Amino acid sequence: MDILSLFVVVPILTIVGILFTKGLKGTRVVAAVGMGVQLLMAFNLLFRYFAERRAGNTAEMVFQKAYTWFPSFNIQYAIGVDGIAVAMILLTSIVVFAGIFSSWKTEDLPREFFISLILLASGVFGFFISIDLFTMFLFYELAVIPMYLLIGLWGSGNKEYSAMKLTLMLMGGSALLILGLLGLYFNSAPNGGELTFNILEIAKVSIPHNVQMFFFPFLFVGFGVLGALFPFHTWSPDGHASAPTAVSMLHAGVLMKLGGYGCFRVAMYLLPDAAQQMGWIFLILTTISIVYGAFGAIAQKDLKYINAYSSVSHCGMVIFALLMMNKTAMDGAILQMISHGLMTALFFALIGMIYGRTHTRNIYEMGGLMRIMPFIAVAYVIAGLASLGLPGLSGFVAEMTIFVGSFQHQDVFHRVCTILACSAIVVTAVYILRVVGILLFGPVRNKEFETLPDARWYEKISMVTLILAIVAIGVAPLWLSDMIRESLTPIVTKLTAAAIN
Amino acid sequence: MNLQSFLLMRHELVLIAITLIVLIAELATSDSRKSIIAPLALCLFAVHTIIGFLPMEYGSLFGGMFNSTPINGMVKNILNIGVLIVLLQAQKMFDSEINRGKVSEYFIVLFSTLIGMFYMVSAGDFLMFYIGLEIATIPLAALAAFNRGENKSAEAGIKLLLSSALSSGVLLYGLSMLYAANGSLFFDALIHGNYEITHLHTLALIFFFAGMAFKLSLVPFHLWAADVYEGAPVNVTSYLSVISKGAAAFIFTVVLYTVFHNYADKWQPMMYIIAILTMIVGNLFALRQNNLKRFLAFSSIAQAGFLLLGIISGTAMGMATVVYYILVYVFSNLAAFGVISIIEMHTGKTTISDLNGMYRTNPKLSLALMLALFSLAGIPPVAGFFGKFFLFTAAASVGTTANYILVLIALLNTIISLYYYLMPVKAMFINKNDSPIAYFKSDVYAKIGLAISLTGMVVVGFASPIFENILAACFGIVGL
Repeated sequence: MDILSLFVVVPILTIVGILFTKGLKGTRVVAAVGMGVQLLMAFNLLFRYFAERRAGNTAEMVFQKAYTWFPSFNIQYAIGVDGIAVAMILLTSIVVFAGIFSSWKTEDLPREFFISLILLASGVFGFFISIDLFTMFLFYELAVIPMYLLIGLWGSGNKEYSAMKLTLMLMGGSALLILGLLGLYFNSAPNGGELTFNILEIAKVSIPHNVQMFFFPFLFVGFGVLGALFPFHTWSPDGHASAPTAVSMLHAGVLMKLGGYGCFRVAMYLLPDAAQQMGWIFLILTTISIVYGAFGAIAQKDLKYINAYSSVSHCGMVIFALLMMNKTAMDGAILQMISHGLMTALFFALIGMIYGRTHTRNIYEMGGLMRIMPFIAVAYVIAGLASLGLPGLSGFVAEMTIFVGSFQHQDVFHRVCTILACSAIVVTAVYILRVVGILLFGPVRNKEFETLPDARWYEKISMVTLILAIVAIGVAPLWLSDMIRESLTPIVTKLTAAAIN
Repeated sequence: MNLQSFLLMRHELVLIAITLIVLIAELATSDSRKSIIAPLALCLFAVHTIIGFLPMEYGSLFGGMFNSTPINGMVKNILNIGVLIVLLQAQKMFDSEINRGKVSEYFIVLFSTLIGMFYMVSAGDFLMFYIGLEIATIPLAALAAFNRGENKSAEAGIKLLLSSALSSGVLLYGLSMLYAANGSLFFDALIHGNYEITHLHTLALIFFFAGMAFKLSLVPFHLWAADVYEGAPVNVTSYLSVISKGAAAFIFTVVLYTVFHNYADKWQPMMYIIAILTMIVGNLFALRQNNLKRFLAFSSIAQAGFLLLGIISGTAMGMATVVYYILVYVFSNLAAFGVISIIEMHTGKTTISDLNGMYRTNPKLSLALMLALFSLAGIPPVAGFFGKFFLFTAAASVGTTANYILVLIALLNTIISLYYYLMPVKAMFINKNDSPIAYFKSDVYAKIGLAISLTGMVVVGFASPIFENILAACFGIVGL
């Protein structure tokens, strides 16, 4: 068994293990062990990857394996990772691990809950290791569909509506994707030869210009829906607000990154000419996402909605930076994916803990939580500071890189977009500090809250894992940043070549 | 021709033998021992299914009227598996007092329709094709009216009879024009004959197309389907919507690809429009259904629309995706029908809202139904995902913008279909209910049937050799 396939096999084995357990206690232990192993494997992969690079392996993807699956369509189970994929796998395993501990007290149908959650995770892992578009898409759908049950069954509020909306919109995105993938497939051998779904193979050929222009919007919007690109973001606030804690964490933390990842790995990398020519349309849309998301977050008073809108804004930043199409900005985009993944997961975990105690998410009904539950409150402040980009935490590294990269464009259009996006940071500070002020400081508005307990041990594991990762990236970002930069080279080279044409 | 060459008709001969054995068993048993007939017929059919998989010779009989080819054999095996599952699901029906007296009728009639389908699938001549088609459809009306006592069932029988008579008339009219134009009904003569395509040929194509569209319940020839599906006993409905549809879709593809191969520029635009109409209308009507059988009826209309996407390509790949999808569809739809029939027979509940909260009382059945619906909707990891993806690939392989748009429309339709396929899932898993369907034990036959369909649904998708074998068998058909 190769090192990458294990990332899909271990979750499946965990699911099988869960089938043999009874009740919450056994189930959560099996889930935690399985995902703990997954986390260790992710670190192992990271070190193995560094070793491989240090040994002088300059291949675009390392640890490659390919097994033919459907020979007549030339569909392969082809896997391989570069630095970006490794970083995303690491992010996913951290968030899933923390998510398991955040759902430690799932009383209702615990087995089903953990199975769906881990199924979702295995879809995400599979997506990141795939370099064959067919299997990549298969894993993508596998990651989306458990959301329906996770939100519908264990969610809160208007959950049936949100679950259906989310599922249909994401599946609508994947419908556009299928068309784009078929377009890529049937144009993957313009000079004759075998058609292929393999990303690396398709990247070698130059697809005719008109074909690129036709299929690029399908692929970009298809992935963009998952990346909360305006105006296809509307599933996100409802979905996040209704989802149970761990699902919000995974969804905002990891699943939305599938969108951004697909945007550059598939749409922009394989159709670079179209990306250069049509990028401006999506740049406008994503600038709207950033600004609109930030203002949306100001207007909300439900904690989850605030964070959901802030996710729209931050994920908009990812696509924004990708569309700048230079190495620095794209590096920032990926750092932003990781940074946002960690801090939003932390946010949702904390909101889950607060809601579990106070049974309200309305910020005006709470107050003074710093005195009642200091551990949770401090963690919330850390998450908030990371979100508004305080140096020393991961958010700063990401946003700084993005804006340095974006300003490299000299023309007015890019400048205006960059300035608008930059200004959203100020708005971010407003909504974060506003929540922190109302929620954590000031008098305790509800006397019943005085006796609420602080974080339990399992909640602390969840928080500490995420905070450690945020701080680690904030303090020592270079190893990560370098790993990503190096892996971006082939993509940026293609995009630059397309710009010259 | 010698006696051995009759073995080319092995599927048909064994099935005829079984039918006769059941008939004799009916005559030879006394009234008190009639209960052995159903298990007997089931066992015999299981043996027949297994025999079908033994290696066989290929060739043609009766001067080319009957062809035995690898792909025909595969389709017959697929139909056999489907019928086996239907029979397993039907066993419980014969426990009731009212049906005890007509058990053997059920099997004899059902087997004879299957014989008809086999001859239709193997036809190398329009006469054989037509005879097969009639044997396959007329007895179906009797099956649909199996619950004689119920008005709805009787209505279903009459509706099926009248509409299939009409469609046969239309079809025959088309065939007569073809005969008038070419002087032959042999597929081979029509394929290889040197003739110019006249308006008469085109007209023949249109009538043939319309006749088959009736059988496949394509829009706008679908109006009979919902009422018949709702009125007929549930396992007859599943037989109608899966087995007879599958057989008709296959021979339709074969005839279009061989006899009408030169007319592709004529039937492809027709199919383009009909496919779009069928998907959209089927889906939009399915949205509003609460009765489970009607719901699946409309969903199966839409599914036939998806099937046309594979046919439209006109390549061996397209044909393979159609046959593969039929296989996927047999397992998925029969799994869905299986759960529904179990529920109906044990509790008498027939609507989606009756399913509310069922997961908490009957988790296994709920999971089975969920997987089946996911497969119908085309969601991984079940086989429906692969089936749909390949159909779309076949349609896109033509490479024109128009075909990409067709695929896009189909994809948007899968989203609509996903909505209604999620409705029962929502009912079972999410909706709260104070008095959900109580826990019950389903009978062992139905469980075996469900197990076969679920296993099939998973295996058919991941096991690529299945698709590759079908594709290999599709090459070499005349015209490809």
